[in-house]
Amino acid sequence: MADEEDIILADLNDEELVEQMFDDLYDGLKEEIEESVNILLERGWQPYDILTKALVGGMTIVGNDFRDGILFVPEVLLAANAMKGGMFILKPLLAETGAPRVGKMVIGTVKGDIHDIGKNLVGMMMEGAGFEVVDLGINNAVDAYLDAIEAEQPDILGMSALLTTTMPYMKVVIDTLVEKGIRDDYIVLVGGAPLNEEFGKAIGADAYCRDAAVAVETAKTFVGRKHNQLAAG
Amino acid sequence: MTNPLHDLLSTRDWLLADGATGTNLFNMGLESGDPPEFWNETKPDNIRALYRGAVDAGSDLFLTNTFGGNASRLKLHNAGHRARELSRIGAELAREVADSAGRQVIVAGSVGPTGEIMEPVGTLSHASAVEMFHEQAEGLKEGGADVMWVETISAPEEFRAAAEAFALADVPWCGTMSFDTAGRTMMGMTSEGMAEMITFLPNPPLAFGANCGTGASDLLRTVLGFTATGTERAIIAKGNAGIPKYVDGHIHYDGTPELMARYALLARNAGAKIIGGCCGTMPEHLRAMREALESTPKGDAPTLDQIVAEIGPFSSDSDGTGDQSGAPKRERRGRRRA
Repeated sequence: MADEEDIILADLNDEELVEQMFDDLYDGLKEEIEESVNILLERGWQPYDILTKALVGGMTIVGNDFRDGILFVPEVLLAANAMKGGMFILKPLLAETGAPRVGKMVIGTVKGDIHDIGKNLVGMMMEGAGFEVVDLGINNAVDAYLDAIEAEQPDILGMSALLTTTMPYMKVVIDTLVEKGIRDDYIVLVGGAPLNEEFGKAIGADAYCRDAAVAVETAKTFVGRKHNQLAAG
Repeated sequence: MTNPLHDLLSTRDWLLADGATGTNLFNMGLESGDPPEFWNETKPDNIRALYRGAVDAGSDLFLTNTFGGNASRLKLHNAGHRARELSRIGAELAREVADSAGRQVIVAGSVGPTGEIMEPVGTLSHASAVEMFHEQAEGLKEGGADVMWVETISAPEEFRAAAEAFALADVPWCGTMSFDTAGRTMMGMTSEGMAEMITFLPNPPLAFGANCGTGASDLLRTVLGFTATGTERAIIAKGNAGIPKYVDGHIHYDGTPELMARYALLARNAGAKIIGGCCGTMPEHLRAMREALESTPKGDAPTLDQIVAEIGPFSSDSDGTGDQSGAPKRERRGRRRA
């Protein structure tokens, strides 16, 4: 498509620029996203609107195509990296402006598991959806989860496992929460390639999330429900 | 180069590989989250029992307990420096069990993924990946493994790095990838893409194929994807025994021995030559698979519908190959200025 004219981001009107940001997120173009975020800020957009309308909107498309098997992990990682570039600019501004908080999640891969690619994707997509995410990284023992939820008081605890040898460890964590009488204080979401819905239920999680896009949808549903319950209670 | 597996493949129509490692070790008391490779040293009798379970059930080939035995994975347990040693011990125990089997049994040195993402998307360089795989391969070779067996790989870059490491170690090898995401690997590789990649390797594997993933049905569809490319290389099928369930405090895969026996026959009919199981596949499954393969003649390749009818549905509509691979990517609106 070399014959097409190059796009000057600053020349686009707001609507075109947001559309362009969707494309740029899809293509993982970090510098372009950073530039567009700055342009919108200069035009007087609220940081929260840039996050929800441009970045979250774009990542939703990425998430849907990932869910539908059109995009795969490498592309999604690049898209998430581009979004991170935009978020880096917005984060301090969001804090200053007291933007509404969707919810908070503590997430980590369980002890001994193989890698944290899926967990990272979930974390980034959750941030993309406006959640505050505290990432515990890989290789988390029960205590690491307990310490983090104590310190962070999240709405959601997310755990990921990819191996047969580590899947049961999620149950160890949930059982410990039950023992301590704090299981119901948190929404517990689990994920990982070998898992399934029934497995998630059997170990006592609130839900199993097949992929990062589903994780975001599920998190929103549960957080919404929790807020409703609080309002009703 | 002559090699016992190469010889077996040229004289036999099919070989029975082994089943699960993790699932079996849990039943012996392995704590979730702990590295199975430590048991090579601390509980060698359990590892011998694991190996004997497969051999006694009729496996012609079994994998060493070294799946996570590379520096990157062992580092999680502060044992990154012990990759070569733990791999060697795992292979030594396997050699001992294979040599006392009373028949020819192949020891395949299991090499799992590093767990890191390779450049350019991630941070692991090709050179570092090759170095880690090479270190493990040398250990497995010292311990007496007949072939290297890289498995559960998602990224083509990582698969190629392992191949290069095996060339450095000057050992024959086999390799499987895990197709768990809408028929592709997590990194997006199709069965077709893997078969093509193999043809470009300077040291191609003795056999290649698929392991783990989502369920036995999906794995068979992947095997059909390999054979559709017209490859003449031996194909490996190591599918999970159904899907995992949590029963009475431990993991149980819902695939029965009867189901795995049907899977084994379908796998052979689909064109696989080395047939085994992955997660959830216990010695009783292997026995049923062996018995079925011995007592049933090879038939025609199954259709997708036949696979569904015999062992259950697929987890996704398509496997991403052939005509179905043209799912449109998002239309670009224009080109960014430089």
